[in-house]
Amino acid sequence: MSDRVSVTKTYKMYVNGAFPRSESGRTFVLNDVEGNFLANVAHGSRKDIRDAVVAARGATSKWKSATAYNRGQVLYRFAEILESRHDEFVNLLQLTDGVSAKKAANDVAKAIDLTVWYAGWTDKIAQVFGGTNPVAGPYFNFSIPAPCGVVGIITPAVNSLSGFVATVLPALASGNTVVVVPGSHAAIPVAVTLGEVAATSDVPAGVINIVTGTVSELAPILASHEDIDGLDLAGAGENRPELGRLASATITRVVDSDLRDLHDLKRLRAFIDTVTVWHTIGQ
Amino acid sequence: MSDHTPLSSLNSLQYAPAPESRAVVTLQSAYGHFINGDFTNPASSEQFATLNPATGEQLATVAQGSDADVDAAVAAARKAYEKVWSKLPGSERAKYLFRIARLIQERSRELAVLETLDNGKPIRETRDIDVPMAAAWFFYYAGWADKLDYAGFGPQPAALGVAGQVIPWNFPLLMAAWKIAPALAAGNTVVLKPAETTPLSALLLADIIRQAGVPDGVVNIVTGDGRTGAALVNHPGINKVAFTGSTEVGRIIQSAVAGSGKKLTLELGGKGANIVFADAPLDETIEGIIDGIFFNQGHVCCAGSRLLVQESIHDDVIERLLRRVEQLRVGDPLDKNTDVGAINSAAQLAKITELSDAGVLEGATRFTSSCALPSTGFFFAPTVFTGVEQTHRIAREEIFGPVLSVLTFRTPEEAVAKANNTTFGLAAGIWSEKGSRTLWMAERLRAGVIWANTYNKFDPTSPFGGVRESGFGREGGRHGLESYLNV
Repeated sequence: MSDRVSVTKTYKMYVNGAFPRSESGRTFVLNDVEGNFLANVAHGSRKDIRDAVVAARGATSKWKSATAYNRGQVLYRFAEILESRHDEFVNLLQLTDGVSAKKAANDVAKAIDLTVWYAGWTDKIAQVFGGTNPVAGPYFNFSIPAPCGVVGIITPAVNSLSGFVATVLPALASGNTVVVVPGSHAAIPVAVTLGEVAATSDVPAGVINIVTGTVSELAPILASHEDIDGLDLAGAGENRPELGRLASATITRVVDSDLRDLHDLKRLRAFIDTVTVWHTIGQ
Repeated sequence: MSDHTPLSSLNSLQYAPAPESRAVVTLQSAYGHFINGDFTNPASSEQFATLNPATGEQLATVAQGSDADVDAAVAAARKAYEKVWSKLPGSERAKYLFRIARLIQERSRELAVLETLDNGKPIRETRDIDVPMAAAWFFYYAGWADKLDYAGFGPQPAALGVAGQVIPWNFPLLMAAWKIAPALAAGNTVVLKPAETTPLSALLLADIIRQAGVPDGVVNIVTGDGRTGAALVNHPGINKVAFTGSTEVGRIIQSAVAGSGKKLTLELGGKGANIVFADAPLDETIEGIIDGIFFNQGHVCCAGSRLLVQESIHDDVIERLLRRVEQLRVGDPLDKNTDVGAINSAAQLAKITELSDAGVLEGATRFTSSCALPSTGFFFAPTVFTGVEQTHRIAREEIFGPVLSVLTFRTPEEAVAKANNTTFGLAAGIWSEKGSRTLWMAERLRAGVIWANTYNKFDPTSPFGGVRESGFGREGGRHGLESYLNV
């Protein structure tokens, strides 16, 4: 009995809720860790980054103004879909990260649980990071954590699944929209598949955008983009100083530390701008 | 308003001069740096003068900090951090900060007069705002020093090490307090560079720190211009850079620090929108507009320098506002009746003059107070531009002077769009009696501080800082600790 011919997946980018190819028409060959052909991956360009930032900017208002409860439900839905595709990710991680089936299953479980952890943060952030301030005068004064806006993320080059979740989810939980560049070629298949998870999780179009390509080409374009408010350089390695310099042109908030702890409060706080409101008290 | 009778009788009143005595201040002719607990002879002989901007007289000369001075200060701070400060329990650090707060209160008159002499701001402001708030800042952060475990950053948050701090000339003592108090409370030692034109109150603060018995090297103060600041922020021996100043310099610092591992906070420029709705309480609103732009001669990063008035009340607001501007008393900063003092420097006066001229050239209508200006020193009469378009330079660039640009809007949506039409995002004001609309606006304005029915209020418990190109990080409150902790 012969095996049936499987329907293989075309690896495209994820921008504004759709799966476009690169506008440049470029692709490159991606092999698995064994050297077998995996896919012709979309080789994103400057224009693709720009399109993704436009999509992310357009989605900020909807995502930011959604209730924290609603954002939590959407991110929890993300975890549900991740769980439902558990086996697919276990198989994929063996091909791309080169890990054993056991390690891959462990990675997937960790990523799902981490997503649930962040989903639970959405309606805690304001209470934990904000509050009222007892100013010496007749004012009601309170501080609200507000999202910066659009965050560019270079995901870690390794541990593609947990690395993506641990950098993207904190930015989303605090109400930002994101443009993600997978931190290595090997990290692309998992990132693209996570785009499919996003597309089926009620995450509004434009909130998560994934541009695939070569980090050395795309990261400087992302870092110097004037409409990026924050930048997570987790996967940028030795290029961090140069990318940080590019980001300084528009005072972009930069996280340039490695991902050490998956439950990273520093990353959860990084793309929050505290807004403090003074209101008079009187009759 | 048609009945001007009460006003005309008010205008006829004359104020007798009421100058504060400057005898309380004893100036040295020359100052060195404060390094390792002592005033030291600078490594370089280069000195520069600091002037009284109200008269142009030279107050003293101060040292131009060289690379060697910065090296010595950073080395002293490092040694103090490793040998003494990091080993002290928070409760002991706290007591030094409480002492500083008390000493500021004890020497408050001296500090107020000195600040007014060196900066040009009215004695009313230094006496009632700058100095008491500097003391309050130390009191507030003193109380945090032994409670860092409860500040919400996880257990046992660690200090960063040595902080390099560069501060501006608009609130010289207060900015020193904003920088030093949280840094020390969190367990860091500091090297502070005051602004070139206003170094004297920081040097008096150094004497207070000496009187408080703060261990040698915990606070070091190096004077100088931008070269000294650059040497400090680029120094490999510091772990943290805190800068307050222009966005232009902030960019340079962020670029210089990129990838170095130094923690960075920036408090930069602004072009604050002060938004007045038709249902605003107008008497309070007029005072708030005045405070928003003429407080401290408009040398305020969060100044309400763009007035957005709902179209239906524009003419009424402008009539009341211009009448009030005419009543502002401009002149001798040491006079207790003075509302608007001297512009801090000739360079700043030139910048304000140039931008105001641009306002006229680009077609806005200029109103300038008819007040008499002193014949010496740097002064600029309070000025209001009406008919300003969003494209005008005076609507886009930070003037940092007593110049207000007035624009109009019809709907709340338009007010938000115009207020956010800037690359800055430091502060905004909303004037309305409708609370639901105020909160609706606050959700949409891109600004780090929003004042509703008030403006230019500050408090040690209240986080202050910008969004977008007005910088990042917060000063004040629990949030202000994060800037000095390894969290």
